[in-house]
Amino acid sequence: MRFIIKNSHLHPVFEKIQHSLPVTQIDSIPQPSPNPNFSFNEQLQQLLTGKQLLHDDLEHSIEEIHSHYENGYIQYRKPISYQNNKPFCVRCGNNQFFAHFPCSRCHEEDCAYCRHCIMMGRVSACTPLLTWSGPEFPLFKARNALKWEGQLSKGQEAASNAVKLTIIEQKELLVWAVCGAGKTEVLFNGINEALLFGQRVCIATPRTDVVLELAPRLKKVFPDTTVAALYGGSEDRHRPAQLIIATTHQLFRFYQAFDTLVVDEVDAFPYSKDETLQYAVQQARKSPSSMIYLTATPNKKWQAQCRSGKRNYMTIPARFHRFSLPVPEFTWCGNWEKLVEKQRLPNIVTRWLKERIDAGRQALLFLPKIAKMEKVLPIVQRLHTNIQAVHAEDPDRKEKVQNMREKKTLVLLTTTILERGVTFPNIDVAVLGAEDRIFTESALVQIAGRVGRSADAPTGNITFFHYGKTKAMVRAKKQIMNMNAEARKKGLIND
Amino acid sequence: MCFDCVRWEQDEKWFGSLKQNLSLVVYNQFCKEVIARFKYRGDYQLSYPLAEMLREKLDRLNYDFLVPIPLSPERKYERGFNQSEALINALGRQPLSILTRIHSEKQSKKSRNERISLPQVFQLTDSAAIQDKCLVIIDDIYTTGSTLRHAAKLLKESGAKEVTSLTIARG
Ligand SMILES: [Zn+2]
Ligand SMILES: [Zn+2]
Repeated sequence: MRFIIKNSHLHPVFEKIQHSLPVTQIDSIPQPSPNPNFSFNEQLQQLLTGKQLLHDDLEHSIEEIHSHYENGYIQYRKPISYQNNKPFCVRCGNNQFFAHFPCSRCHEEDCAYCRHCIMMGRVSACTPLLTWSGPEFPLFKARNALKWEGQLSKGQEAASNAVKLTIIEQKELLVWAVCGAGKTEVLFNGINEALLFGQRVCIATPRTDVVLELAPRLKKVFPDTTVAALYGGSEDRHRPAQLIIATTHQLFRFYQAFDTLVVDEVDAFPYSKDETLQYAVQQARKSPSSMIYLTATPNKKWQAQCRSGKRNYMTIPARFHRFSLPVPEFTWCGNWEKLVEKQRLPNIVTRWLKERIDAGRQALLFLPKIAKMEKVLPIVQRLHTNIQAVHAEDPDRKEKVQNMREKKTLVLLTTTILERGVTFPNIDVAVLGAEDRIFTESALVQIAGRVGRSADAPTGNITFFHYGKTKAMVRAKKQIMNMNAEARKKGLIND
Repeated sequence: MCFDCVRWEQDEKWFGSLKQNLSLVVYNQFCKEVIARFKYRGDYQLSYPLAEMLREKLDRLNYDFLVPIPLSPERKYERGFNQSEALINALGRQPLSILTRIHSEKQSKKSRNERISLPQVFQLTDSAAIQDKCLVIIDDIYTTGSTLRHAAKLLKESGAKEVTSLTIARG
């Protein structure tokens, strides 16, 4: 599709006629003002409010969409912009991965397209982004949307109040909550407040399994609110909802959509490394809007910003069950990789494992690489038969985690894949090769956070076996001890 | 000759239409994902590495022209390009686009028998160019071979000396 400008409106044309241009090359796109007498398609209103979609995302004809533009109900936006002659994808913020092709839509020999977000449908120089510019679809305003009987801990309550205030004042807040603090409950009162104002709210998280876990919990406590769960391949994709739980990737399809946006696990991959996801978060916010970041382990930069007062933050230094966080023990184990090549483990590691196995106590053993783990597995299996190993690409991943949950597996070897999210009630945890670069401060804090999670078994052992102490190890231990000290000072723990 | 070709060749109507089909890889999961990204998501850039896979085989063939399988205009607009033409372009050759589609029905919705017994789906726009010429039809996937054989039959009947097909994958 190309456009010509006629009577200061765009008109689509399908041949390369004189004065016609692909949308990206039009200097400024005229936007007709809304015609109050136009009878618009409500389905388009629902699908496009707060979104940026392509024609390919919609089943509606080009003509119908265009009539909404002509009457001021749909806005056409440039899909690619140029900064110093370098292309920039307006949907995903990519400015590196572009290619071009002889395009049979715009008939240009070199129609540029974004390779970064192509799995969500191709953004090219001739595909306008479509956004609703008519009246928003009406939202249900609840008197009190929250139906929850639970009790907040003292630490949670302070954070909950801060979240609520941030939402009322439309500011930004980082909630730095230790593993096991119960960060989700901290959002309830704030979200309730937002829904009361008739706001649109989104909780974005890096991983699909977290979406799947959170969505039913939120549906339960906000039973009268429309809640949608969005992830690659989810059925709620086109469901208009007031409260959206989404993977961060799904935000590429949103534009100025949310009054309140919660970003969960800001320290986690891929959000922390992928600038396009950070761009997506900014695109999806309304202006003004409130922003809540959740993390158990902010990165160094954010920690420094917190300390210097540049970032508004709130800590929950204690776990919900009021026991202190288990502090990692550092144990030097020599050149373990060399021993593993000879089908052996450092004695001290074998002893640690044997103690657990003899006591029938479950344990997780973290290793830095899949290849290493595969070599260690047969050595550990000599100690006991119920020992398994799991990694990110493992097709039996779910089943193996389930076996651990059902206590069919005694010791589970794992890569960093289990560093967050998954909790087993009563386990000890060790890291073999804690000196490896993959074990960042945040990864190590998360790993230590696997221990002592349930109120029935609030303690346990966490050991870092290493061949040379790293800064990340020292910082992780210090972070945990600081949190314990703060919690004790505030009277949030009993032990 | 593989089982599929034997079945085709036993059918008198199709006998000798396609000299041979060459497919480079069986359709494994990785190949499936790359071709889907190329063809359905429209990542044109992948035509270059995919074409490189074809080059070695193609260099050993004797031919005058490379012929793409056409798409219906609607399908071509939807995808933005014709994957078969894209592969030929990526090989640095000029596609001989002399075939057009008569019907544009969804192949994937039909059974094998229905596909084979379909009436001619292609039309030739210019038969002078192919008289006594050796042609190679280029496409991404060889599934049942029905599309390729329809094209080959028409080209052969219209005067081509020899028609071979070359695809990246075999489904
Ligand atoms: Zn184009
Ligand atoms: Zn993009």
